[in-house]
Amino acid sequence: MREESEVARFEEVVLPHLGAAYNLARWLVGNQDDAEDVVQESYLRALKFFTGFRGGNGRPWLLAIVRNTCYTWLRGNRMGAVTTELDEDMPLVDTGDVNPEALLIAAARRELVQRALEQLPAEFREVVVLRELEGMSYKEIAEVAVVPVGTVMSRLARARVRLEKILTEANPAEARA
Amino acid sequence: MSCREVQELIHGYVDGELDLVRNLEMERHFRECADCARTHERLRSMRSAMNVPYFQAPPGLETRIRARAREASGVRKPPRRSLYWQWAGIAATLAIVALGTWRVARTNHQGDVLAQEVLASHVRAMMASHLTDVPSSDRHTVKPWFNGKLDFSPPVGDFADRGFALIGGRLDYLDNRPVAALVYQRRKHVINVFTWPVPEQPDRGVEETERQGYHLMHWTKGHMMYWAVSDLNAAELRELVRLVSGG
Repeated sequence: MREESEVARFEEVVLPHLGAAYNLARWLVGNQDDAEDVVQESYLRALKFFTGFRGGNGRPWLLAIVRNTCYTWLRGNRMGAVTTELDEDMPLVDTGDVNPEALLIAAARRELVQRALEQLPAEFREVVVLRELEGMSYKEIAEVAVVPVGTVMSRLARARVRLEKILTEANPAEARA
Repeated sequence: MSCREVQELIHGYVDGELDLVRNLEMERHFRECADCARTHERLRSMRSAMNVPYFQAPPGLETRIRARAREASGVRKPPRRSLYWQWAGIAATLAIVALGTWRVARTNHQGDVLAQEVLASHVRAMMASHLTDVPSSDRHTVKPWFNGKLDFSPPVGDFADRGFALIGGRLDYLDNRPVAALVYQRRKHVINVFTWPVPEQPDRGVEETERQGYHLMHWTKGHMMYWAVSDLNAAELRELVRLVSGG
């Protein structure tokens, strides 16, 4: 049994971040229905842990819970989809000679970029979503993904190299200068 | 800076996560090294290529979450009223919520935009090495310099004895109007304090934000808006804020 005021405070702190929570879940689990379930589940978990919330920015706090819930869901529904492809050792910078203009031509097709991002392992996909769509700082992303700030930067680097590869390979004729 | 270091830091650079000194070193390197400059160019195209959808939460999700949160905590819903009043109540609530959300979003958005503008001014002044129009540590030189250039007279303090040396003043443009920028220095850190009149606004305490490694603090006092921005640590910046707003 909780106080009405506590629930009200909970709503005040975390409900403004519903958009961010849903967007992250939708990118991680891949479809609307499951994303809705995961987000509802996340809010219930957040309510349970709310007494442990020390104040400050509610967004990374909530998103860390959403992320966790998504990973639990992914493990339950597609075994191994989470980490199998993640190789943290791939080069930070691709030395291939890619023409930036060709990249932009490929990217002009929005569904191509969306599919490219969907192909990335979840750990790479989430840093791109949090950085490029949420505009979060490395420090906040580190809080969400529970990794050091340096890891955020290197994952983002590797994610971008992969995306570039996928996008230019989708457009091979124009991509190589 | 070596190419290796630049390649390691380049993502931090495009994401605005590096401190000013490293930022400047990166830029110098790009001017001198065509290979790294190309990598930078590619990365920038890559970032602008990221026009992926932001998935909007479906309507109704928020209501369902509120209901489930209340149910799970055992908080009782308000007693049932007649259907007519329920609908009237819902309509009124929606109108109020919509208005409230719009106003909150609008204020937040404006505050955000302003914070971004302030930070951009600070960084631009540092990069262009155009910190001051009137380089002087004498407030009796700086204050009169603004006369005739602004339609107000900004308060100018010198706190050299407290470790914040005034190094000059500059005209800048923020929030769609010309503003005064006072430039202070603490060790190697530069602090910009922007001031302009806000005749309609009551006094407001200091609000702090952090962006890309910079601290921003703003407050309103005596119908003047103040924004202080620096890569200095928050505690020391607060000290200057106290001096400026107290003096």
